[in-house]
Amino acid sequence: MALLDIKNLTVSFDTSAGLFKAVDGIDVAVDAREVLAIVGESGSGKSVAMLAVMGLLPSTATVTADKLEFEGLDLLAMSPADKRKIIGKDIAMIFQEPVASLNPCFTVGFQIEEVLAKHMGLSGRAARDRTVELLHLVGIKDGAERLGAFPHQMSGGQCQRVMIAMAISCNPKLLIADEPTTALDVTIQKQILDLLVKLQVDTGMGLIMITHDMGVVAETADRVIVQYKGHKMEEADVLTLFENPKSNYTRALLSALPENAVGDRLPTVSDFNFAAELGGTQ
Amino acid sequence: MTTPVLEVRDLNRKYVSSGGLFRPAKVVHAVKSVNFTLQKGKTLAVVGESGCGKSTLARMITLIDQQSSGEILIDGDKVDASHGVSKVMRQKVQIVFQNPYGSLNPRQKIGEVLAEPLLLNTDLSADQRRQKAMDMLIKVGLGPEHFNRYPHMFSGGQRQRIAIARALMLNPSFLVLDEPVSALDLSVQAQILNLLKDLQDEFGLTYVFISHDLSVVRYIADEVMVMYFGEVVEYGTRDAVFNNPQHSYTQTLFAATPRADVPSIKARLAKKAALA
Repeated sequence: MALLDIKNLTVSFDTSAGLFKAVDGIDVAVDAREVLAIVGESGSGKSVAMLAVMGLLPSTATVTADKLEFEGLDLLAMSPADKRKIIGKDIAMIFQEPVASLNPCFTVGFQIEEVLAKHMGLSGRAARDRTVELLHLVGIKDGAERLGAFPHQMSGGQCQRVMIAMAISCNPKLLIADEPTTALDVTIQKQILDLLVKLQVDTGMGLIMITHDMGVVAETADRVIVQYKGHKMEEADVLTLFENPKSNYTRALLSALPENAVGDRLPTVSDFNFAAELGGTQ
Repeated sequence: MTTPVLEVRDLNRKYVSSGGLFRPAKVVHAVKSVNFTLQKGKTLAVVGESGCGKSTLARMITLIDQQSSGEILIDGDKVDASHGVSKVMRQKVQIVFQNPYGSLNPRQKIGEVLAEPLLLNTDLSADQRRQKAMDMLIKVGLGPEHFNRYPHMFSGGQRQRIAIARALMLNPSFLVLDEPVSALDLSVQAQILNLLKDLQDEFGLTYVFISHDLSVVRYIADEVMVMYFGEVVEYGTRDAVFNNPQHSYTQTLFAATPRADVPSIKARLAKKAALA
């Protein structure tokens, strides 16, 4: 049984210009010990699909699915109180802007301890010790001194480490990372990606990487879903996707990578015809 | 040898934070003795991580910020900022910023955005300005129908085209591009890079291209300069820097760049299988 099993997920937003389908009939399945990458450009619905799982969408969004199950539990039918016991504990998420995602008014130590208190019932000394241990785990060696630091006193990479520490604090079974390295420098990106993959291997959790960067996909994923305008264009294991892409859209994305440039100009996505792959909905 | 379009000699920039009553003033040396020359029609890429001084360098060569010491020569003429930079000098340098959402005035129509540099710097009539703006709009791949629209009606890629068009209105000697594609999607990024190459071929433009993305730099640059903590640690032709990086920081930078080729993926998967 898959850890997270989604069938025919549709998310639509009620806008002044009518109903807008951000995600249109997408199937996603992730197993434990697996790294799934969801790749797509802005507007492809890659983040929205995962925010729907987390229940973080605004009230203007309508989520429907034939199946939205985590470990066999139906997330759609579940009461909000039951859902809160899973979200943040068994399913955790990391966001793109680490500095903006942390609360600037509280120390990082307080913010991690808050999660531990809520989900694990830890407090006082025990919570503090666990926080230092978590910070150590994500590569902040002087964790005990950093407990009292505010987010603005840390660099972007350090803040992202704190975010990861918070996300893994309750030993999640599934970690969703939404563009975790987009705001970071390449050398820091490398450290964060290595850390995420190491944590995934060590703990055996499932990991969903949402990204627009083919390089990040190539460096981390086992399996890849390519999304475009709310549709799934292709699903394949990482080697097949890069070696022998089935979809014209994937081919277009890969050839738009500057390192794959042949000749003087880059082919652009509009040079490829993939309208048919959208299933005649566009 | 022809006069280089841009020459920079021993350029330094220090930022001094004012100290308090009991606190000594702090000096941040953002750019340390940078030297380079750039010939017409070439692209110099400046690479480095956040905080390495590449944007400070960009601000100095676009004459936005004054250097602490050192000289900047544009078309062989020394920039003398002691009495304010002359209008002629200002026209020779233009810049395109990273964020196309922030660099256009939301209350200004695109036609006005493009015509404004002409209004301020030339004696052209309103009709001539309008015509020039229209021509430029078409050159950067937009249409005449876009002339009377506002920035919010455009996508990120289109806005970056507008920003490039605005920068080219006064026929500058060189163009500083500060991370022009890092806010854009992959497919749009390819279009903008192509546009920059097309414009360079057509008008013999000279670019200073600031970026942290090595794959983009490899694609567009003729010369590459790597900066680290305000210092230039590597400077050479693209092929020399990419094929044979000398400084350890450049090597670290290359090693950290994600690789999307099939052999690298195979190697990674094999390594992971061995661990499991």
